[in-house]
Amino acid sequence: MSSVDLNSKIPNNVGLADDPKLQRALEKWLPNYLEWWHDMGPTDFEDKPVFLRTAISVERGGWANYDYVKMPDYRWGIFLAPNEGEPTIKCGDDAGTPAWLDVPGEHRNALRRIIVTQADTEPASVEQQRLLGHIAPSLYDLRNLFQVNVEEGRHLWAMVYLLHKYFGRDGRDEADELLQRRSGDADKPRILGAFNQPCDHWLSFFAFTMFTDRDGKYQLAALAESGFDPLARSTQFMLTEEAHHLFVGDTGIQRIIKRSAELQALDPNGDVRAQGGIDFELIQRTINYWYTYSLDLFGGEISSNASSFFASGLKGRFHEHRFEDHRAIEGEYRLPVVEGGKLVEKDVALRNAMNEVLRDAYVADCERVIARWNKTLETAGSPTRLSLPSRRFHRHQGIYAGHAFDPQGNLISAEEYEANRSRWLLVPEDNEYLLSIMKPCYEPGKFANWIAPPTKGIEGRPVEFEYVKLHD
Amino acid sequence: MQQPAASSPAPVDFEVEPEHYRHWKVAYEGPVARVTMEVDPEGGLREGYELKLNSYDLGVDIELADIVRRMRFEHPEVRVAVLRSGIDRVFCAGANINMLGQSSHAWKVNFCKFTNETRCELEDAAGSSQQAYIAACNGTTAGGGYELALACEEIYLQDDGNSAVSLPEVPLLGVLPGTGGLTRLVDKRKVRRDRADVFSTTAEGIRGNKAKQWGLVDDVFPRSRFDEKIAERAQAMAERMAAQVGKGSRVGVRLPRLTPEVEGRNRSYRHVTLTVDDQSRTASLTIAGPTADDVAILRKGGDAAHAAGAELWALRAYRELDDALLHLRVNNPTVGLVLVRTTGDAQTVLDHDAALVAARDHWFVREVLLHMGRVLRRMDNTSRSFFALGDAGTAFAGNLLELALASDRFYLLDDPDHVVHVGLSDLNEGALPMAHGPTRLQTHLYGEPDKLDGLVGNRALLEPEDADEAGLVTVRLDEIDWEDDVRIAIEERVSLSPDALTGMEQNLRFAGPETPESKIYARLSAWQNWIFIRPNATGPEGALTLYGRPERPSFDWQRV
Repeated sequence: MSSVDLNSKIPNNVGLADDPKLQRALEKWLPNYLEWWHDMGPTDFEDKPVFLRTAISVERGGWANYDYVKMPDYRWGIFLAPNEGEPTIKCGDDAGTPAWLDVPGEHRNALRRIIVTQADTEPASVEQQRLLGHIAPSLYDLRNLFQVNVEEGRHLWAMVYLLHKYFGRDGRDEADELLQRRSGDADKPRILGAFNQPCDHWLSFFAFTMFTDRDGKYQLAALAESGFDPLARSTQFMLTEEAHHLFVGDTGIQRIIKRSAELQALDPNGDVRAQGGIDFELIQRTINYWYTYSLDLFGGEISSNASSFFASGLKGRFHEHRFEDHRAIEGEYRLPVVEGGKLVEKDVALRNAMNEVLRDAYVADCERVIARWNKTLETAGSPTRLSLPSRRFHRHQGIYAGHAFDPQGNLISAEEYEANRSRWLLVPEDNEYLLSIMKPCYEPGKFANWIAPPTKGIEGRPVEFEYVKLHD
Repeated sequence: MQQPAASSPAPVDFEVEPEHYRHWKVAYEGPVARVTMEVDPEGGLREGYELKLNSYDLGVDIELADIVRRMRFEHPEVRVAVLRSGIDRVFCAGANINMLGQSSHAWKVNFCKFTNETRCELEDAAGSSQQAYIAACNGTTAGGGYELALACEEIYLQDDGNSAVSLPEVPLLGVLPGTGGLTRLVDKRKVRRDRADVFSTTAEGIRGNKAKQWGLVDDVFPRSRFDEKIAERAQAMAERMAAQVGKGSRVGVRLPRLTPEVEGRNRSYRHVTLTVDDQSRTASLTIAGPTADDVAILRKGGDAAHAAGAELWALRAYRELDDALLHLRVNNPTVGLVLVRTTGDAQTVLDHDAALVAARDHWFVREVLLHMGRVLRRMDNTSRSFFALGDAGTAFAGNLLELALASDRFYLLDDPDHVVHVGLSDLNEGALPMAHGPTRLQTHLYGEPDKLDGLVGNRALLEPEDADEAGLVTVRLDEIDWEDDVRIAIEERVSLSPDALTGMEQNLRFAGPETPESKIYARLSAWQNWIFIRPNATGPEGALTLYGRPERPSFDWQRV
């Protein structure tokens, strides 16, 4: 591919046309990316036109151009949100001083690690979701799945751009490795745990986009505060797209809840499953499972890495500008820790608790969504209420990992935990049931029995619009 | 902040038994031993830190040292020991940083010295005892974790896109990988120095094929085939080691606890006594030599020695000496001068040594000799002044003469009424080398080769005057001068700066060439100990002090 082709194929505002070094790197990487997409993306739908949104510029409205596109022809662009005024370092010891337009050598390794870890999640989720198209509950949902997929692909591009542009040969090597790891592969797993969990059906997909992509939102938001200006601007732009992914998850589960409440009312015994729907216990188990795996993604509650990233100005808090003290050198954070078989409150230095501070914002956000879902239940006249488990429950990272907690956050014995596991968390039988009811529903305007239609369509189109053209 | 100083009230116990390990599991399957590190986070030797991610403190290392030693004595059938972690995706995170951060300088130095000795002992097992260690790095292998792997014969890393080997000490903590890491990187594994430079300044380390290409590991295996590949490598290594071992089955010798009588700081073992005088900051270390009965056992040959097992004088006395030296180092920090005496009959010691050497074809006798060598090297590396006092009733001959040669000075009484004999055995001429290669006798007479030639092969007992003539004695005193001169020498010694003495002694003790082992102590440890007291590491704004704390370190940029 010539550089002229490259520039027209890749919408960008990073001066790609005038950057031979970047062109050279991308020329080599692009074929591998397309090969990866072909191998690991939603391959069986490659030749189908999908009503997709494409970002073609950073101007108002430029990020949302809708048209039918075949996914391999999607124009994965590279965009940095425009700066308003001189950018500064937003947090840490050097808060207020000019931001870095280039990678400072001192922080090169840490930044590369941050970027690679973020980047690795993007292709991972495409891999996790690659077969879901075959059991989509509607064309509307199928389109949303593909929109999420192509944008995860674009987010990978955004991170690879940073690696290629700012991290030299190491960066190029890391970019190559992003295409070599595989979600769930025993030998080449993705870096973070949640991105190696299977996502075999749509309940998990919605839970994933609701909870795991929401972690992504908070990670991106924290990186949008980075003193490394290209990273901050890149992630700011990604956040606009990420919001749609959260919308898909949030409303997806909300529509299932709505439908389940209808089926509950319909059934003489109030048995949702008897009506082919998804019962609330199963929904609660799904929440418990994906929410807690997503909590792990924030990292350890007490973390010297978190402290050092904040202190160095590499990663801030959610909406750092809303805080008064951007150095956070003083102050403590109180959290419960397990000591001698008991939970006791402990104060840790605020900087060391930055992961927990970010997790707080995330938990509060999730609580708001749960409240909306419960509102849906209330409106439907269902007595059921859903809840988030304690953030100590079912953890694999951080200070609570290795201890057994119930969903209320009480320390319990390993035996008690095992005895209740199948009540609290997804079990293989859940998967079997869900796969048994999830049959594809490809007729425009029709929806699978287990989910309610959305209240409106995409970009002013009606719900019955043909969002994916499966037949010529 | 709590300081687990060496003077901390609870003295450290260096004896441990397998049934009481908190941090390790060892499984024996014929020629293969599986050593699994699974550190109990709550099992720290001192308060104030958690041993997360298979990080270790002195307590963890005391158990490892015990494993390595028992492997040789109790499990001589083992040809290969596979070292791996019981924690998924973490091999070993190295020395616990919080422990180091809160420790006194003396504690850090003693900790590092002990861990270095343990790794040298582990490393030496392949060549000397045909027991090779393989590091099966089934996860992150960082800092001291990688240094532990470096001490092994072969290193294998799990290739899962994540697991890396790393030495993050310089970029992250502002100190050195001081457990032999830098030395073994270039000296043992022969990693190119420029690559070693890049590796040692990259906190996240190097993984996968690049680690293999750079020679940081011997191979990388995918996670799904890791166990199988390690088993193959262990089998191959076991066969290679077995080819170097004579035929015949070997039955292990159990090492029971030494159970000395302890009274305050004083310890009385069967053959060794350690008496501490806090007032004068001196200690007396006395070793009772072998008896005629001990010689008689040895003269019956290797099988009889093996039957005596842990009760054999040469094993028992040196285990006791080893334990006494460790207590001296860690639990008696203010003792500056150790007065060494060996009691018994010089000719009996020479007879003992001759019988021991005659039986050295037996694996057990060879292990006993190797052990004696290690204990003496521990003495060479002990940062206390040693004066050997050859007064009436002492027997500095053969293996016990090594204690005089390991000492900084040797005072010998020349009293016609109580003739104190000195003499050489084969053990002074090669079986008990120093860390830097030569024997203590060669090192002692480094500048007087004629005198050395005159002594080598001489098995006659030497009277004090002859011993002095031969160059073995620092000061020969008659019975009239003895008491005063020795007293004055002691008083003078304990008045000098302890730091200067440590430095001086370590420079004077090792004349001649260097080996990787001696470089670890003389070069790596010495630099590390300097860095440990520099503000850039341990000052209020030092990198080690602030690791894990919210503040970032700030360096004094002046190169010193």
